[in-house]
Amino acid sequence: MTTDNTSPQEPHDGEYLKPLLPILDQHSTRRTLLKTAGAALGLAAFGEALSPLMVIPENVSVDEFLQQHYKELTDEDKKKVFARLEAETKERFGADVTITDSKPIPGVRFAYAINVSKCNGNGKCMEACNKENNHHRGVDQSYIRVLEMTKGSMDMENGSTTYDHTVPQDDKFYLPVQCQQCDNPPCVSACPIEATWKEDDGIVVVDYNWCIGCRYCEAACPYHARRFNWELPEIPAEEVNPNQGYLSNRIRPQGAMEKCHFCLHRTREGRAPACQEACPTGARVFGDLNDPDSAINYVLKNKRVFVLKEELGTKPSFFYFFD
Amino acid sequence: MAGSRGVIISVMLLAMLAGAAVAVQLRASSVVADGAVASEPTPNDPPADPSASQVATSAVRSSRGEAQKTFSVTIRKPAGPPRVATNLKDLHGEAVTVACSTCHSTRSPNLQNKTSQSLDEFHSGMKFSHGTVSCLSCHNAADYDSLQLADGHRVEFTDVMTLCGQCHGPQMKDFEHGVHGGLNGYWDLSRGPQQKNNCVDCHNPHTPQFPKMQPTFKPKDRFLEQSRSEH
Repeated sequence: MTTDNTSPQEPHDGEYLKPLLPILDQHSTRRTLLKTAGAALGLAAFGEALSPLMVIPENVSVDEFLQQHYKELTDEDKKKVFARLEAETKERFGADVTITDSKPIPGVRFAYAINVSKCNGNGKCMEACNKENNHHRGVDQSYIRVLEMTKGSMDMENGSTTYDHTVPQDDKFYLPVQCQQCDNPPCVSACPIEATWKEDDGIVVVDYNWCIGCRYCEAACPYHARRFNWELPEIPAEEVNPNQGYLSNRIRPQGAMEKCHFCLHRTREGRAPACQEACPTGARVFGDLNDPDSAINYVLKNKRVFVLKEELGTKPSFFYFFD
Repeated sequence: MAGSRGVIISVMLLAMLAGAAVAVQLRASSVVADGAVASEPTPNDPPADPSASQVATSAVRSSRGEAQKTFSVTIRKPAGPPRVATNLKDLHGEAVTVACSTCHSTRSPNLQNKTSQSLDEFHSGMKFSHGTVSCLSCHNAADYDSLQLADGHRVEFTDVMTLCGQCHGPQMKDFEHGVHGGLNGYWDLSRGPQQKNNCVDCHNPHTPQFPKMQPTFKPKDRFLEQSRSEH
């Protein structure tokens, strides 16, 4: 500052009163005042921006707020978390449930196939999914969407999900769409906080408590396979499925994203997924890709198989075939 | 100039300190440990009881090296020869039914009858739509309480799949590989048993085309329905 004439005298006064911070070692000119005001404003804005992190929402307990990411939970943590969730379910839904943590079976890689020649669009799979996975009864939520498509077209935009007539119609075919458990999942890349990831057996899972509900994954999924919990699910106590998995069918909190998880609380225990058991036409085939003798490998070797939107490079673990 | 730089640096320092403090507060209890949790045993459903009488167990075909497939695949079996209702009741109030042979043993088979349309006494209202086969292609003229293969060999009603399989080879092959007919129970036979349907569980042998259905469940599309909240 060329106009600053007072600086030469300064060391004189400040010899035994050295300021702690350089910001205090300034003469109260208009410039320094503005600087200080600006800094203070900036700090205030920063604090305000962070303040949502300091406030716990009303419907979230302190324990839930402080809960770590699923992958960082120790066995001891999980025990506590699951006990808390079980107690919350009892309190909110009046149902006694058991929350488990089924791990991928070593060496197993899950895949699904649907015979579009057989599927007649009756929708029993959607209903089974709704019941098995403790979906919101108020909106009849399901991880599966059956599209009624015009024969000769693969235009899913023109597929109808709201058909309500006897099936199958002669000029239509039926395409059940659920999470394709992609090997290159766009939803996982889109998540800003790693609340969703792909497990060793190929299943893409969501930590419903870590999810912040930004819905980026929903936008990223080319199969429209993700669902958002706009409300806390409404389920009558007697309809709550008590056999629940932390990463699968436990009742989801409001504002969390969810998706098909191949019924991992069943399939990782060796059981068939609920939609497969419910299918009255036998159109659904589920199994282990790594087992050369599995039903799914029989389909891949012997049938005319395709995947949805292959050109996007998502590499689905979900196949369609016809015979 | 030095003064202004100092101001900026000190402000940034303060901001970083504040940020760090918040982060520390939020993640105070962060103890990272990657321990594998032994999954609690899930209460598995008991295998569905096949209500239809007897069951047969077929040998488990394949096995994946390390895993021993100890559980079996059970294929439901039909109850046996059909019984025809008479609309009569016995002394105990039970409905009286008769075996096919009750009538058929007293009259000789007529090979001219190919469908139900040419019948005038009984079975005349029955719908039949199964290719060009005729009654005695499958029913055994020598014993109407059994069926017969194309080569004339007798086969019981309970072994109906042997009969169907002689024409429907591709379906039979798919069925044997778990790709036709659906299943219940376990996909992994090292962990539990599996139950499968037989042909006539899903296909009426006289009109084998899978029946039309009425969808009973539709997710409510929020773009089409009335809004559930005031938003």
